[in-house]
Amino acid sequence: MKLNSLEVSKKIKRIILDTAFKAGHKSAHIGGALSLSDILSVLYANNFIKFDCNNPGWKNRDRLILSKGHACLAYYALLHIMGFINEKDLDMFENDGADLLGHPIKNLEKGIEYSTGSLGIGVSISVGVALAAKLKLQDHKVYTFLGDGELNEGSVWEAFMCAAKYSLNNLTFIIDKNNHQQTGTTEFIMRNENLKEKLLNFNLNAQEVDGHNHNDIENALKNQNENPKVIIANTIKGRGFSFAENNNIWHHSVLTEKIYKDALIEIDNDKSK
Amino acid sequence: MIKVNEANIKIWSALGTRATFGMSILEIVEKYENLLILTADVSTSAGLDRFKKKYPNKLIDVGIAEQNMIGVATGLSNEGFKVITTTFSPFQTLRCLEQIKVNLGYMKTNISMVGLASGLVLGNLGFTHCSIEDVGVLRSIPNLNIVCPADSLETIKAVESMLQSDKSTYLRLTGGSNNKIINKTDYDFKIGKAVQLKDGKDVILISNGVILKECLEAAKYLDSFGISTKVVNSHTIKPLDIDMVMDAKNFKLIVTVEEHNIIGGLGSAVAEVLSKEKTKPQHIFIGINDYYEKGGSYQYLLEKYGLKSEKIVERVKKNYE
Repeated sequence: MKLNSLEVSKKIKRIILDTAFKAGHKSAHIGGALSLSDILSVLYANNFIKFDCNNPGWKNRDRLILSKGHACLAYYALLHIMGFINEKDLDMFENDGADLLGHPIKNLEKGIEYSTGSLGIGVSISVGVALAAKLKLQDHKVYTFLGDGELNEGSVWEAFMCAAKYSLNNLTFIIDKNNHQQTGTTEFIMRNENLKEKLLNFNLNAQEVDGHNHNDIENALKNQNENPKVIIANTIKGRGFSFAENNNIWHHSVLTEKIYKDALIEIDNDKSK
Repeated sequence: MIKVNEANIKIWSALGTRATFGMSILEIVEKYENLLILTADVSTSAGLDRFKKKYPNKLIDVGIAEQNMIGVATGLSNEGFKVITTTFSPFQTLRCLEQIKVNLGYMKTNISMVGLASGLVLGNLGFTHCSIEDVGVLRSIPNLNIVCPADSLETIKAVESMLQSDKSTYLRLTGGSNNKIINKTDYDFKIGKAVQLKDGKDVILISNGVILKECLEAAKYLDSFGISTKVVNSHTIKPLDIDMVMDAKNFKLIVTVEEHNIIGGLGSAVAEVLSKEKTKPQHIFIGINDYYEKGGSYQYLLEKYGLKSEKIVERVKKNYE
């Protein structure tokens, strides 16, 4: 059954806000989680992901790898909606001894495939996971989420070359291109112009979409050829909330009660379509 | 099945540890249906040419990209493959160090890493290609075995053991070709269990890798000077054989000899255990004294760093008397 992806997206954003607010002064990566929310919603609501929350290690499951580990709030929200993570886990976010910290820690029971957060590492791992599926003639898919700041890491390009060499068309990289990284814009810190052309020249099936347009995202996810796929999703960091959109303070910040309450009102006015 | 006999031991010793590693993989591949070898464009140097020809689908060459190699190995291992990665020691350890920390240490992914030509054997190529830091750096990462075989036979045994281990292993291969045979006959090898090579009662030399040859020669000289010297092959640096260190307390002088910086290596590992003991004998470190020498041949560098038997004898006599 196909769900309403816009509703799922709102739910993800709501969970991001709630969890970040409860984390209080521990602060949370909010901007890069919000920019990823629409993409995750379409993947789930439109049934692209095969999973079984009662059998987390099911060998035919699709693998979701969050290489941009700092966007974990969106990932945890999705895993909660999918039934892997419970509310108590979310309430414990970043608490002492918690399972869910500010970057994901490998925990298959909770649907978390790998510990990520050191940028670039998850991209190479996903190449190994996809290669394993090819060698074992298994038909599950691997979806890997990375940031545009993450493209600064050289190992990401090593992984891209390797994915192309082994024609891993069971692997989809989704670049959350929100044009910001920790201390500024990608334009200022490290430019990534002509990204689609570069990726095509790496023999990747590169496509560029509006990362907040659910139809565009769905079409890109369906589009398949013999090469590994890269979806460049043009997104807005802090998407959905006027206080946070394109405001890099919200890369990692504390949500006050006032901002939290104002933000809740804005969820229903989201411009994603 | 690998046959251990005198003739084979001689052949393997002539080949050296690297080629013996490649040969051993060719022999044991049938035993492990899910075995994959990853290389960063060094399959020839790892002695894997025949393997590559015979099992092209079991050799994954990721190109000169070691960070990606550890990542790909991690994905493959978590999906049920037994994975061995191979490249020259500096690139197998330091270039991809953070991937080793996160993937093997933190996430406990089980991968066997083979560091080719560690120590000083590539001295003619300069210190970019020598590896005197690998043990110190890797020892600080939890959940790893670190093994440095004494000769080719021990390399074969270590390869078999690391594939059975429930932890990741870094296999540190030293020496070139035509190495001295340290183990002349078959013996029990266990990761974490040191092997006595020669008995003695005054001084104990603890070492590993192919420079055990120098230790055995030094011990012979020392015996002739009336200093009865025991030699122990501590092939596993992590987990260190604690019983072996406790036994060393009974000697008048403990000497660790390593083809590695004296900071962080075998000597440090032994000293960390000894430091908990109230009474202990003097312990001296023989190794690379924390500096980069001008490059040169293997023998030249061993000489310069005081790792040849004559220099070991000198250091022991000076400290013993």
